[in-house]
Formats: sequence, C-alpha cells, structure tokens
Amino acid sequence: MNTTIADLNIGEKALIQEIAFDHIPLALLEMGCLPGIDVELLQIAPFNDPLYIRVNGSYLSIRRETAEKIVVIKL
Amino acid sequence: MARLNTIKVALVGNPNTGKTSLFNELTGLKQKVGNYPGVTVDKKSGIIKLHDHLFAEIIDLPGTYSINPNSLDENIVLETLLDPKNPDFPDMVVVIADIENMKRNLLLFSQIKDLELPAILAINMSDMMEKRGISIEVAKLKELLKSEVVLISAKKGLGIEDLKDQICRYKSINREPFAKLTDRIDPEFFKKLGESFPNASLYNSWLRITHNHLPLKNLSQKERDNLESFRKDPEKLKRFQHRETVLRYQKINEVLKETVMQDNSKATDIRSRLDKILTHKIYGYLIFACILFLVFQSVFDWASGPMDWIDVNFARLSSWVSTHLPPGMLTDLLAEGIIPGIGGILIFIPQIVILFLFVSILEETGYMSRVVFLMDKIMRKYGMSGKSVVPLISGTACAIPAIMSARNIGGWKERLITILVTPFTTCSARLPVYAIIIALIIPPTRILGVFGLQGLTLFALYILGFATALFSGYLLHKIIKVRGQSVFVAEMPNYKVPSLKNVFYTVVEKSKAFVFGAGKIILAISIILWFLASNGPADFKNASENVTRKYAIDENSADYENKLASYKLEHSYIGVMGRAIEPAISPLGFDWKIGIAIISSFAAREVFVGTLATIYSVGDTEDTLTIKQKMASEVNADTGEKQFSFPVGMSLLFFYAFALQCISTIAIVKKETNSWKWPILQLTGMGILAYISSFLIYNLLG
Repeated sequence: MNTTIADLNIGEKALIQEIAFDHIPLALLEMGCLPGIDVELLQIAPFNDPLYIRVNGSYLSIRRETAEKIVVIKL
Repeated sequence: MARLNTIKVALVGNPNTGKTSLFNELTGLKQKVGNYPGVTVDKKSGIIKLHDHLFAEIIDLPGTYSINPNSLDENIVLETLLDPKNPDFPDMVVVIADIENMKRNLLLFSQIKDLELPAILAINMSDMMEKRGISIEVAKLKELLKSEVVLISAKKGLGIEDLKDQICRYKSINREPFAKLTDRIDPEFFKKLGESFPNASLYNSWLRITHNHLPLKNLSQKERDNLESFRKDPEKLKRFQHRETVLRYQKINEVLKETVMQDNSKATDIRSRLDKILTHKIYGYLIFACILFLVFQSVFDWASGPMDWIDVNFARLSSWVSTHLPPGMLTDLLAEGIIPGIGGILIFIPQIVILFLFVSILEETGYMSRVVFLMDKIMRKYGMSGKSVVPLISGTACAIPAIMSARNIGGWKERLITILVTPFTTCSARLPVYAIIIALIIPPTRILGVFGLQGLTLFALYILGFATALFSGYLLHKIIKVRGQSVFVAEMPNYKVPSLKNVFYTVVEKSKAFVFGAGKIILAISIILWFLASNGPADFKNASENVTRKYAIDENSADYENKLASYKLEHSYIGVMGRAIEPAISPLGFDWKIGIAIISSFAAREVFVGTLATIYSVGDTEDTLTIKQKMASEVNADTGEKQFSFPVGMSLLFFYAFALQCISTIAIVKKETNSWKWPILQLTGMGILAYISSFLIYNLLG
C-alpha cells in the first residue's frame, strides 16, 4: 500500500512522489501540486474531510478522494 | 464614451492578490459594470486618462489561477484573451502577482506570455517585502521573463504612476513567449499544429484544441475542421496538459532561484493560530453559528427603519401624484403602476446592502474560506459543496445575487443543485407576506415569558426554508446523474483586515445586480399587472353604474370609492384570471381573491399584500393595521366562515415558502444554466411541492 496525502497526520510533511494524473483536477496541478514538491497536512476538517494542506507555497483545501490519489513519502 | 485614443488594458491575476484593489486604485469612482457578451458575469471597467492624448479602458477580468478555466467566471479570461475579434480583446495585459506566492502567480503570467500578448508583470504588496523576509532582483527578473516588471502596493497606492508609465508604452512591449515548452512535449504534434494555424500563436491554438466549448463564430470552416482533427485523442491532450504544467513549473523555478530570496523564518503564525480556533470541530461551528445569528439579527434590525421609510414615502408619492396631476391613463400608470413598482424594488435594497456588507467583509477577511472548509463534507451529503454556503446565506436577501454567486462552484452538478435549491431560502420578499399572515393567525402570546409565538413562527419558517433547500438538494443529488470527478480545490487565503473600498464596491455591485437584474422585471410586470387590473371586459367598463346599483349607494357616499375600486378589480382581466384559477386553488382553502394576489405576486412576492389591500378595498394601503383588520373580518362566501382562518393561513404560509413565485428568479436561472430546462423544472417542482403541502396542511388542520 502506498502512502498518500490522505494517510498523513496533522502537522506531518511529505514529498510528493507520484500523482494519478487522470484523477486529479488540472487546477490542483496548476497550483503546483506536482511530483518532487513538499506537502504538509495542516488540518483535517470535522467529519474527516476535506484536508487542508500547504503545497508549493499555497494553502489549499482538497477533498479526501483527491488526496488519496497523491502518493507521498513521509519526511 | 469611446475616445479617439483609448487603448484596452486587461487586468489579470490570481484571486486574493489585490487585483480588485489595484483596479479600484486605478479607476476610482469612474468604473462601470457591464456584461461580457453572452453571459451574465459582471464586467467591471473604467476609463482613465494616461496623458493628454491617451486614455485607457481598464478591464478587471475575473480572478483566476490559470488560463485553463475551472468556472464560468474564469472562462471569461480565456475567451477574452484568445480571440482578437472579441470586443474586449486588450491592447495590453497587466498581470498582477502577489509577492508571497510568486511561483504560482508566475504560472498564469507565463501562460499569458505564451499567448504572445503584450504583457507586463505588476508585483503587489511590495511594501510587505521586508516584513515577510523577501527580496527580489527586479533587473534580473525582467531579463529572464523578457518583460517589464513593476513593484506596486495597491493598498497604499505605491508604484501606480510607474505602472501607468508602462501602460503608456504599450506599443513597445516585448511579445516574446516565456518558454518553448511545446518542443519538449511532442515536437511533431506541435509542429503540425503550428502549420495548421499559421496566424495564431502556438499556445493560442493549443488552448483552442483543449477547450472545446469555446465559441467558433470567428473561425472559418476549414479552421474548425482543423481543430477537430487535433482533438481525436482526448487522453493524449490531457497528458500533454499535465506535462506542460510540470515543464512550466520547472522553468519558473529556474527563474525564481536566481531572482527571489525568501527567508521563511519571518513567516507569521497568525494563520495557524486562527485556523486552530476557526476550523475547530466544535468551536468552529459554534463561531459560525454565532456569526450567522449576528448577521441575520443585524439585517433585521438595521433594515427595518429604512424599509419603512421607503414604504411610507412611495405610498405618499403615489397619492401625491394621483391627486396633483391631471386625471387620466398616464397619471394612473404613474401612480398605480410605475411608482409602486419602483418602490417595490427599492424596498429590498436595505436588506440586500446590509447582508452583502457582512458577506463581503467575511470574504475579504479570509473567514469565508474556512466556512467552506468546515461545511464541505456536510453540504456534499446534500449534493452541494462547501462553496454553496455563500449562495444559501445570500438567498435570505434575494435569490438573484445569490444564484449569481454560485458561479465559483467548480463542479457543474454541485453548482446546478445550489442554483435549483437556493430559492427555497426565505428571501426578503417573503417577509411582508409572512408578517401579515402570522399576525392574522398566530396569537401574540409569549412562551416562558420571553419568546413571542409570532416570532417563533417566523423563525420556524426560516428553518423550513433552509431544511427544504437541503432536503431537495439531497433528492436532486440522487436523481441528477452527471459524470465527472471532484473539481473541488479551494484556496485558504491569508487572514487580513478587509479593505473598506473593496467592501464598498462589492456591496454596490451586488445591489446593482439586483436593481438591474430583478428590478427591470419587477417594474415591467408591475406595469403589466397594473394594466390587467385597470382594464377589463364589459362589467369593468360599466363599473360605476353597477356599483351604485349593487350597493344602492351614490357617488357621494363615503364608501363609494373603495367599493368601486374593489368592484373594478374583481371584474378586471386579472380578476377574471383569479376567478378562472379558483377551482384549482380552492382545495388549498384559497378563494379567487387570494388567487388574484397569488398571480400578481409573480412580480415579487410582497405584491401579495398590496393586492389584497386593493381587493378588500382598504383604500389606505399605508396602514397595515387596516389591511389586517379587513382580512381578519373577511368572510368566505361559500362556507360563511372567516376567510383567513388558521388552516387557510397555514396553507398560505406553506404555499409562499415553497412556490417559485418570482419571474426574476426564473430569468436568472435561465441565464445562469443557459437553458430553459432547469428553470422550468424548478418552477414545476417547487409548484407541485407548494400545492401538495398546502393541500395537506389545509385538509389536516381544517
């Protein structure tokens, strides 16, 4: 099982390794959420979704279903 | 106001970069709101003087993170910049970037450069550089971007003259593309693409083939066929888009490495501290509930004064006109059609202004994005997104600006459901109707000595509105099948003190949207209704004889005028219509008089009250007490019982809570969904719900 952004704990940082491009909105990639970039999970909304992340200097909220498509290596 | 030497300058930039502040700083009060061709998105522009012989029309294009659009608003940017024949196609583009996130902002800039448009970069918040530990080598940046770069602070008005100087030199701006990325994606494919469209930049053609919803009217048949031939493999195009984004960021990182230094140790932790409280699983919701309560409380409290003032003074103006102008058609039209029509529009403005004052403050501070984050999971159960919260709250003022604000919801299905259910929220036009019926059927007793029963009923109606919106969202979510992935990506901007200027302009903009969107229709329908109410078949024409005969009174008796007005309305065209629908509405407990009022309230729901006042020949419409007394003593001709009994009143409340009695809403839904299918579905769906629930309520209670 690969670790994805959805598996991170609050405050954990990770390096984006692989993205299932076909299942990710282009908008998220264009925010700079790309392989080789650091990502930090800042907060999880009540009811476990969406996730609040920092990536490429942007603060974003994305849905769990999207986060599950982004494979990372914990730092 | 086209002047001889007026160039078009488009402002483009990410949301929350101060683009609006820059626009306000450049144009001041000289801005106007228009429309882009074919869509209802507001186009803000303003003409400024650069020097004696040169003027510039500054066009504030909607904020976007990329030239590839994710919403209707963002699509405007693409359409405007892609087509030289577009009426708003600019002579130059100013891309505004936020100093704190140069990387992401340069993505958009690089795309615009690749369109080979004359573009310059304006870096905002330059006054914050030192505080945030950022330094920029401007000369080097200019060289690497092949472009002019201006440092500005829109909030403080710094660098604006520099920027204007650069705009003046629009003719000599470097149009070289930012990067030839295409060679590294698939040289053969792009070579062919370039050869097929020799007159456009390569990136322009690339965008044209990846966005198949763009208007084609300015293209020849051959060009259209060419476009299609490149679209054969959509999977490949998608892969190319991803590759493009990766390469673009690589190149941007190379540029930034040499030009921008950022010392992260100076980053503040205000964001994380506020986030901890505002998005907390208990406090977060508690704070949101308190803010909502405060907002609604203030809307009610502050708006009632000005609303009463408008109400009273338009009634006065109306009667002044009818007594002081020579009697005749024109005076009647003015006194009974136009003036009450305009009054009926203006009366909503206090509530709309106050509500949007709060909404725009909450958005400006960055708080609204946290609400989106908190509410997304909950709203998704009901087929909507966290971003649907703003339209639903705005709907308590008026559905028109509310439905328009659903535009930034990314997913089509979520946006559509939001548009369809927003009219269930209790808008300000329902209030006068609720108020008078509640006063008639609910006793003014207090529960536990604190809560008035009438107030609680009104509160319950608000809850009913929200609950029905959510419930029907849930149903639509199950019914409507739209394929598509999640497109929810929301930025969580920095917290900041709201700029009063921006709040002011937003409020003005929203109020204008109401006045010109809904207002025109309300006025037009008021005039039509006036005509239908003041003309009629034979009985109407002989009204005065018939009244004297029927009531055995003459023209001098005290009651004559009121009796005549009432008789005329009964026999006017609208009265005929009311009688015609009576069989359909009598199962709900309504007679033909209420039928007339229901028909007239398609202009705006609150017209119900005024129409009933005329029907019951109250005469003096200023005094709600009289209307109330008249209505209370009204007896149903068939049953011999009080017309506004408890069951009828409740039935009416449910009818007004659910029915889509607002032509303006139908018109705006048509515009926003670009089809008649959805507004018609909405009208019938809400109508059926209203009818059935009123029927049940009336028969259960009766």
